[in-house]
Amino acid sequence: MSLLAVQFAPFPQITREALPLLPKTLVEWLLAGFGAPEWLVLIAGFLVAAATVVGVFAGGFALLSLVERKTLARAQNRIGPNRAGWFGILQPVADGIKMLTKEDIVPAKAEKLLHLLAPIMIVVPSILALGVIPYGREWIPVPLELGLLFFFAVGAMTEVSIFMAGWASGSKFPMLGAMRAISQMVSYELPLMICALGVVMVSGTLSLPDIVDKQGGFHLGFIPAWNLFTPWGLVAGLLFYVCSIAEANRCPFDLPEGESEIVAGHMTEYSGFKYALFFMGEYLGLFAISGLGITLFLGGWQAPLPGLDFVPSWIWFFAKLCAVIFSFLWIRATFPRVRIDQLMRFAWLCMIPMALLTLPAAAIWHFTGRGFLSWVVTVPLLLIPWVIITVIYNKRLAPTLRTYHFAE
Amino acid sequence: MNQNTTIERLPAPRKPGRWSIPGWGLLQGLAVTGRNMVESYYKKERMTTIQYPEERAPISPNFRNFPFLVYDTDPAADLRCTACSICEKECPPQCIYIVLDRDENGKSLKRPKVFDIDLSVCMNCGICAEVCPFDSIYMDGEYELSTDDRFGGLLFGLDRLAKSADYHMKLRPEQATEVMARRKAEEEKKAAAAAAKLAKAKADAEAKAKAAAEVKTEEKGESE
Repeated sequence: MSLLAVQFAPFPQITREALPLLPKTLVEWLLAGFGAPEWLVLIAGFLVAAATVVGVFAGGFALLSLVERKTLARAQNRIGPNRAGWFGILQPVADGIKMLTKEDIVPAKAEKLLHLLAPIMIVVPSILALGVIPYGREWIPVPLELGLLFFFAVGAMTEVSIFMAGWASGSKFPMLGAMRAISQMVSYELPLMICALGVVMVSGTLSLPDIVDKQGGFHLGFIPAWNLFTPWGLVAGLLFYVCSIAEANRCPFDLPEGESEIVAGHMTEYSGFKYALFFMGEYLGLFAISGLGITLFLGGWQAPLPGLDFVPSWIWFFAKLCAVIFSFLWIRATFPRVRIDQLMRFAWLCMIPMALLTLPAAAIWHFTGRGFLSWVVTVPLLLIPWVIITVIYNKRLAPTLRTYHFAE
Repeated sequence: MNQNTTIERLPAPRKPGRWSIPGWGLLQGLAVTGRNMVESYYKKERMTTIQYPEERAPISPNFRNFPFLVYDTDPAADLRCTACSICEKECPPQCIYIVLDRDENGKSLKRPKVFDIDLSVCMNCGICAEVCPFDSIYMDGEYELSTDDRFGGLLFGLDRLAKSADYHMKLRPEQATEVMARRKAEEEKKAAAAAAKLAKAKADAEAKAKAAAEVKTEEKGESE
């Protein structure tokens, strides 16, 4: 009889913009219809919204692991995985089954608890960071007021978990890898945050949805008003891009897991599903940092041209995400790994000075009215130091023509 | 890489003291991989992968591993091998085992009763094929020999070793043609020698008969 007494409200209208929120709306509607208390509806709604994000990006991780192998193969004129299913589409499933059924080895000298915690701790911050990114006009999982601050706060946790993995393994390669990871990530987090700071200064907010809103509209009718299309934004965006490669431990900055030198870095002593978790954390971190870069510099979910608003905003976000991820794959297919001293020198002598310069440039841009005058002032402000830095940098560090004494 | 694809020359390294656009080398590198990614979808010569179980690369005439025995028409009756055991004695890792076939009187039938090669011992040196005076044992081109039985599955007997002369011709045409020509010439020579012998014997017999007849007539004359 109680079921008959259920009072269902009319199902809320679902627009195309709110389509990714369908599971959340559905669960909330069902619970409210069954007469659940308000706090339960709220919690369930948040949980389902979080599950949607995790589901989307876990699927994206599976897909990316295949697409990456395919892309790398094509860049080397190979075919890539094509045995499991049609065009290898079931390869992630096969990999997953393999990872799950493998033996889980814990070294005798390992700190057992930390060794277990590290792979979990590396996935959690990535998922947390994914929660604050605005994916669409209405699809904002957690609309935090201090979203950017939250993102960097949890993003820094990955370094702790990588060091945890290196320390807990009780072996040399993981330790070396972890030390490299720490030095690399600390060095690159600095320019990363300074670059984001310019956006905060110009937007006047730390809330990621507001930052995207501020990038709406078009200059001259067709150039989108994204932060990338300003002099300081271009520099900051490019620096952010390079830093995000280093933050995500991707080639050519994949020193912490340099296979040729230190086996797999902090992942050396991991096997089976724990190893898969490290992989997952890495890819989710890649998604998160790319999403943040899109939000800060590429206009988030804004359409790239006027008149394209009929496409739902979250599709634009994911199109941009695919483009950025593809550029990461392309870079991985092309460039060899840099040396650790080159990496650190590049961060401290090139990236950080340029990143610091974007701050006054952004300030001048803001206070000179963002017009012609701003261009005249900020372009030389950034261009001249850039030329000086690259020229000095090149002169001292660029590889010169090598002469062989005994060969040839 | 196929032989017909030309290797693109990389740009020469920057000479010291000359300036280039910063990042130009990086863009060139990206262009190379980018072109690979696009062109591998429509340029046949870029994709050199051979999808192994479905496709096989042709093996070269000089490709050789484990030996096989040649028969001309019938593996049971016509095996070239005479069980002379030269290969058995020459084999460095001693992987060949031969038993001579004999009839009930103990007379050699000049063919092997047992001819075993243990592929797990064989080291593919090809000395057996080198020393065989009867053009009987040659190196094979077979490479799909994996088995789940490491003892019985790798011990090859006569049934698996004997292969036809046609197979040899297909596998290594040049060598097989040379061998066949030589064998044919030898056979003809042998036949000619036999014929000559026969003719000579006949001639001898005739001469003898003639001589005998002459003697007879002489005797007759003398007696008359």
